[in-house]
Amino acid sequence: MTLNLDPNLTDADGFYAALIAAHEGLSPEDSAALNARLILILANQIGDTTVLRAAIETAKLPEND
Amino acid sequence: MNAPIRDRYPLAFTLYPYARSADQDAAQPVRHPVVVAGGGAIGLALALDLGLKGQPVVVLDDHEGVGQGSRAICFAKRTLEICHRLGAGAVMLDKGIVWSKGRVFRDRDEIYNFDLLPEDGHRCPAFINLSQIHFEKFLHAAITRANENGAQIDIRGKNRVDAVTQDGTGARLEVMTPEGPYVLYADWLVACDGARSPIRDMLGLGFEGRVFEDNFLIADVKMTADFPTERWFWFEPWFKSGDSALLHKQPDDIWRIDFQLGWDIDRAAEMKEENIRARVDQMLGPEVDYTLDWCSIYTFQCRRMERFAHGRVIFAGDSAHQVSPFGARGANSGVQDAENLAWRLDLILRGLAPDTILDDYNAERVMAADENILNSTRATDFLTPKSDVSRTFRNAVLDLAETYPFARPIVNSGRLSVPSVYDGLSAQDGLPNGPARSRPGAPCPDAPLGNGFLLDDLQGFTLLGVNADVPSTVEVSGISMQGVQIAVSQHIADRYLGAAQQAVYLIRPDQHVVARWPSYDADAVAEALRKAIGQ
Repeated sequence: MTLNLDPNLTDADGFYAALIAAHEGLSPEDSAALNARLILILANQIGDTTVLRAAIETAKLPEND
Repeated sequence: MNAPIRDRYPLAFTLYPYARSADQDAAQPVRHPVVVAGGGAIGLALALDLGLKGQPVVVLDDHEGVGQGSRAICFAKRTLEICHRLGAGAVMLDKGIVWSKGRVFRDRDEIYNFDLLPEDGHRCPAFINLSQIHFEKFLHAAITRANENGAQIDIRGKNRVDAVTQDGTGARLEVMTPEGPYVLYADWLVACDGARSPIRDMLGLGFEGRVFEDNFLIADVKMTADFPTERWFWFEPWFKSGDSALLHKQPDDIWRIDFQLGWDIDRAAEMKEENIRARVDQMLGPEVDYTLDWCSIYTFQCRRMERFAHGRVIFAGDSAHQVSPFGARGANSGVQDAENLAWRLDLILRGLAPDTILDDYNAERVMAADENILNSTRATDFLTPKSDVSRTFRNAVLDLAETYPFARPIVNSGRLSVPSVYDGLSAQDGLPNGPARSRPGAPCPDAPLGNGFLLDDLQGFTLLGVNADVPSTVEVSGISMQGVQIAVSQHIADRYLGAAQQAVYLIRPDQHVVARWPSYDADAVAEALRKAIGQ
C-alpha cells in the first residue's frame, strides 16, 4: 500500500466543516488533545506502517518555496 | 590509587570474606587465563559458566559478598533457562514468585492487560520476581558446588582493581587488598564492574546516551497482602502518590513499589521515612500494616559503550550498557552477555577459535543492547513525556484506551525483556518453511521432551535432528558436535518444524540456532560451524 495523495474524500467540504466544528469553543489544550485522539484513531484505521511513516514525512512540508 | 579498601554499601550476605591469596606472595606476578572484575550477577554467571567448562577463573570483587537493596527483581525466562544450564535455576524457580500477567490502570480504571507467556510446554515461566540478593546468592552457591566437583573458580573478596593496562597478549592489573596491593596478569580481563565501571574509566572509554529528567522512588515494603501475583501499573493513580506507580510482589511478603516523582524534587526530603510512608499510606490505605525494607531514589539513563570488546579487555552487563528499569532489561541482558561470551572465551583458551570470535560477541551484544535501549527509551518517553505535545499524545492514548481496544497496545509501561534474535548477523535460513521463532540467530524455544525438557539436551555444539537422522557425533575443526534425535510431539512440531516435514538444527553452546536445514548435510554443517567459530 502506498500513501494516497490524490483526492480521496467523498465529501471534502463536509469533512472540513465537521473538523472545524469539532474544535469550536475548545481551549488550545483541549483542541490539541482532540487532534491527538483524532490522529490516533485515523492512524489505526490506516494501520500500515509504511503508509503512516510516509504520511508523517509528507506532513513535515519541505521548505521549498 | 592505593586508597584503603572501604565498603561502598552494606552487605546482605558475606559470601567470600577476604583471604590472602598465594598470588600476593608470589615472587613474580601470576598470570591467569581469565580474570573477571566484579562479583555481581553478571560476573558470577560468567565465572560459573567458564568454570563449568573447565576454565580456571579468578573473580575480583571489592566487597565480601552481596550488597543490600533488592535492585533488579524481575528475572526473565531466558535468564532462568541459562541458570538451569548452570545448575542454579531450580532453586531460583522454587524461591521466586512466578508471574506472567500485567495490568495497567489509569486512575482507578484498568485500561490494558497482557500475558507474557500465553502457551504451555515450557519449564521456565515468563518471569519470576526474586531479589537480586537472592539471585546472586544462588549463583554463588552453584559456584561453591561446582568447585566441590572440580571447577576452579576463585572469588577474592576485598580485591579492588585500581589500575589496568593491556598489550596484545593480556592485561596487567594492580589490585588493592586490606593487606596492600599486588599485581596480576590476565590473558583476558572481563569487566563486569557495573554501570559506573572503574575499568571503563581506567581505559578512557566513553559511555554515551540519554539521561531522562525524572526521579523514581523505589520502596520495598514488607506486608501480608492478597493482591494477585501480577505486575500492576498505574498512570495518574487515584491515590496520587506519584505521576505513575508500580506494584509487584517478591518472595517473603516483600512488595516492590515504584513512584514517579518528577524532575525537580528535594531528594533528601523525599528519602525521609515519614515522607515515603505518606506516599505508601496513600496507596495502600491507612489500615494496612507494613514495614519499609529498602528504599532508594533513582534516575534513568539509557547508554552504551561504542564497543564492548577492547583488545584483551571485554565488557559485559551494566559496564557495557545501561537501560531504564521499566522492562527488566538490565540484569537479564547482562546474563545473556555472559552466556554469549563464556563459550567464546572457552574456545579461544583451548586454541579452537581465533580471537576474532569476540568481534561476533561485540556485534551480537551491541545489537541486543540497542534493542534493549530502544524498548527502554520508548517506554520511558511514554512514562515521562519530554514535551507538551508528547504528553498530549500520551494522554490521548490513555483516554482512548479506556474505551477502545485499538489504543491499548500503544500503552507502554515497559516492554519486558525477551532475548534478542541475531537477525542480520546469522546464517541464511536453510528451512524457510520452518517456524520463525527458531530461525538462525534465535534462542532455541524450550519444549517438553521425555520426562524433562529439550534445552537440557542442548549442551555444547549440538546437531538436533527433528524427524531427521543425524550422526551421534561429528567433529569439525577440533569441535565435537553431539547429535541429538528427538521424537516429534505437537510442541516440537510447532516450535521446530512449522510447515516442514523434518529438520536438522545446528545449535551453539548458548542455545542459539546457528543454522537449520531440511536434512543432514555434512558439508553444510561443517561450513556453518566454521563460520560460527570464526574460521
